[in-house]
Amino acid sequence: MKTFRIGGVHPQENKLSAEKKIEVMELPKQAVFPLSQHIGAPAVPCVARGAVVKVGTKIADAGGFVSAPIHSSVSGKVAKIDTIVDASGYRKPAIIIDVEGDEWEPTIDRSEALVRDTTLEPKEIVARVQEAGIVGMGGACFPAHVKLSPRTPVDVVIINAVECEPYLTADHSLMMEKPDEILVGVSLIMKAVGVKKAYIAIENNKPDAIALMQEKAKGFAGIEVCPLRVKYPQGGEKQLIDAVVGRQVPNPPALPADVGAIVQNVGTAFAIYEAVMKNKPLFERVVTVTGKSVAEPKNLLTRMGTPMSLLIERAGGMPEDTGKVIGGGPMMGKALLNTDVPVCKGSSGILLMTEKESLRGEAQPCIRCSKCVTACPMGLEPYLLQKLAEHTDWERAEAEQIMTCIECGSCQFTCPAHRPLLDWIRMGKGTVGGIIRARAAKS
Amino acid sequence: MSNKLKVSLSPHVHSGDSIRRNMDWVIIALLPAMLWSFYVFGLGAVIVTLTSVASCMLFEWAINKYILKNPKTTLSDGSAIVTGLLLAFNLPSNLPLYIIIMGALFAIGVGKMSFGGLGNNIFNPALLGRVFLLISFPVKMTTWPVPHQYTAYADATTGATPLANLPEAGLGDLFFGNIGGSLGEVSALLLLVGFAILLLRKIISWHIPVSILFSAFVFSVLFYAIRGGMPFGDICMLSLKHLLAGGMMLGAIFMATDYVTSPMTHKGMLIYGACIGFLVICIRLFGSYPEGMSFAILIMNGFTPLINNACKPKRFAKEVKK
Repeated sequence: MKTFRIGGVHPQENKLSAEKKIEVMELPKQAVFPLSQHIGAPAVPCVARGAVVKVGTKIADAGGFVSAPIHSSVSGKVAKIDTIVDASGYRKPAIIIDVEGDEWEPTIDRSEALVRDTTLEPKEIVARVQEAGIVGMGGACFPAHVKLSPRTPVDVVIINAVECEPYLTADHSLMMEKPDEILVGVSLIMKAVGVKKAYIAIENNKPDAIALMQEKAKGFAGIEVCPLRVKYPQGGEKQLIDAVVGRQVPNPPALPADVGAIVQNVGTAFAIYEAVMKNKPLFERVVTVTGKSVAEPKNLLTRMGTPMSLLIERAGGMPEDTGKVIGGGPMMGKALLNTDVPVCKGSSGILLMTEKESLRGEAQPCIRCSKCVTACPMGLEPYLLQKLAEHTDWERAEAEQIMTCIECGSCQFTCPAHRPLLDWIRMGKGTVGGIIRARAAKS
Repeated sequence: MSNKLKVSLSPHVHSGDSIRRNMDWVIIALLPAMLWSFYVFGLGAVIVTLTSVASCMLFEWAINKYILKNPKTTLSDGSAIVTGLLLAFNLPSNLPLYIIIMGALFAIGVGKMSFGGLGNNIFNPALLGRVFLLISFPVKMTTWPVPHQYTAYADATTGATPLANLPEAGLGDLFFGNIGGSLGEVSALLLLVGFAILLLRKIISWHIPVSILFSAFVFSVLFYAIRGGMPFGDICMLSLKHLLAGGMMLGAIFMATDYVTSPMTHKGMLIYGACIGFLVICIRLFGSYPEGMSFAILIMNGFTPLINNACKPKRFAKEVKK
C-alpha cells in the first residue's frame, strides 16, 4: 500500500468520534467573524454597524486575489466591528453579529436533492468558488480559487481525505454522510482545472470510508480512491502528492502545480459542491469536539462564528481537569488562550487535553539517537537545526535548509530526550525568513 | 476557567519514548550475554560486573555532585549502568577490583563527564576505559581465564585468546561461547539475540552492525587471499571465525552503535561501519595487538563529526522522480 517515501511517525490515532454521526449545532446568540480566516490579505467589511443580514449575506469582500470574502452564517444585526482575540491568540479585527431568527438568503437552494450536472464553464466554476469565500478546509486556509487557477497545466487532482491528525474525524464523518456531494465537488474541481484524473486519498484506518467512496466513485468517470498506509504527516500537501503519484514538489517558490498536481481537502470539495450547485457560500463546517476526558465526543455541523465554548458544552462540558484546549489536532493544532474564540473556516476540531496530558516531559541532553532525522518527512536534521537556532548560526541554518521545514512536529514527537526541537526551529525559521526577505529587498 | 489553560506550541503529544526506555532496552538486550558470562566464568564474572556497574554509577554521581555541582543527579537516565555493563563485558573475569575501579573512573570521568556528560562525549566511554586499562595493564588485560571455573576469581587458571590461534578454534565453540575471553564477548549467539531485541524494539537500526560485519568479512577474505597459500574455502572459514571471535560481535552490536558517538544518517552509519570493519581486520592481521575492535571503533568515533558533516540525509525533492 502506498505512502510517502521520507520519514514519518505513528502517533496514537485516538479517533474517539469516528463512529459518530454529524449533529447540527444550535445557533449562538452572537456570532463573531474574524476578517483574517485565510492565508493572504484580510477581508474588508462591506457592512456597517446596525446593518441587517441574512444567512449567506456577504459581510466582507476579499482584500485581493489571494484572499477570500466572508459571509454571515446567521441572520440578525451587525452589533459592531471590533478587535477580538482569535485562535492565534492575537487581537484581530472582526465583525460581530447579534443573532435574530434563522432567515436564509433566498438564492440558496436548501433542498437535499443531489445536483449532478452543470453547464457552467471552468471559469464560471472558479468564479463561484471565489465568490463563495471557499478556502482550504484542512487547516491551512489557502483560498481555493487560487489553487483552481494554476499557472502551469496540471494533469491530476488529489483530494486530501487523509485526516492524519490523531483525534480528528470531521472529514471522515463527512465522507460517510455526503459521499455523492463530495464526488460531484471533485468532478467540479476536475472540470475547473481541466484534468481527467482525480484521486481521493484515504488512510487505511478508515476502511468504511474507503469502501463507501469506492462504491460511489464507480458512477464518476476518472475519480479513483487511493487507499494509503497510515503514517503522519501524510496529509501534508507535499507528502500527499509523493504518496499518491510519487512526485516530489521542489522547495518554494515551486508549487504543487509545477509537478502537475493540485490538492484540495475533501471538506473543500464538499464546500465547492454546495457553492456551485446550491449557491451556498461557505458559512458552516463540520467540527470534531474530542478528547479523552470529553463526555461525548462529537462531529458537529457548526455555523462559522460560533464560540468554541458552546461546542464544548454540547459535547458534555469542559471537564474539571482540562489543562489545554487545542484548535485543530494534537500534532499541528494551536493551543487556545480561551474557549471564547469563534469557529472559523479552518477549524477542523477542538481537542481537550487533561492537565496530565498537557504537560511536556522535561528536556534532557540530545543523545544523538538520530530518531528525529529518521522521522523528518523533509529529510532535514532537526537536532542540528535546533542547535543552530540556539547558537544563532543563521547562515548555516539557512544552508541546512531550515526554511523547508513544514512544522509537522514529527521530530519533537519522537525525541526520547523530550527536546523542544520544533520550538527552536520555528524561531530559527522566523529569523532566517526575515534575513532572506531583507536580502531580496536589497537586491 | 479560561485563565488556567496552558498554552504551548505544537506538537501537543509525544511518542512516550525516553532516554531511560532506550537504555533499559539496551540493558535487557545485554542480559542474555551477561547471564552466559556468569555461567561460563562463574563468580569472577559476577564480581567484575557488579564492581564495574557500581563504580560507574558512583563516579557519575560523585562528579555530578561535587565537581560539576549539578543539583540534579543524572543516574536515573540509565546511561551509567549501560557504560558499567559494557565496560565489564570488555574485561577478563579475573581482573583485580582496583583495576576495574580505575577503568570505571577513566570511562566515566574522562570519557563522559569531562566532555559535559551524556550526549556530549566524542568517544565511547566504556571503550576508553577498556583501552586505558589495556595500555596500563597489558598482561592482566590479555590473559583470560579458561571457561567453567565456577568459584574462581583472582586465582583462576588463564589461557590465551582464541584470536591468537584462530585456525585452531572450533567454529561451534566460537558461536556458542565455549571459549575464554572478556566477559560479554564470548557468545556470538547470545549477542545476536541481543541484536534482535534491539532491532525489534527499534532501539538501533541494522546499518552499523551489518556494515561492520560485512566489511570485516570482505577485507579479511581479501587480505588472506592476497597473502596467499590457503585454499579459498579455508580463507572463508577463517574470515567467518574473525566475525565470531574476540570483541567483533560485542563491538559491532553494542559498542559501535552507541547513539552519542556514531553518525546520524543511514549513509553515514554505513561508511562508519565499513571503516570499522576495515580497521579491525588491519589491526588484527598487521598490528601488534591480536584484537583491534576497541581501537577501530574509537578511531571512527573521532571521525563521526566529519561523517555527519559529509553525509546529509536524503532531502525531500532533491531528486524528483516522475
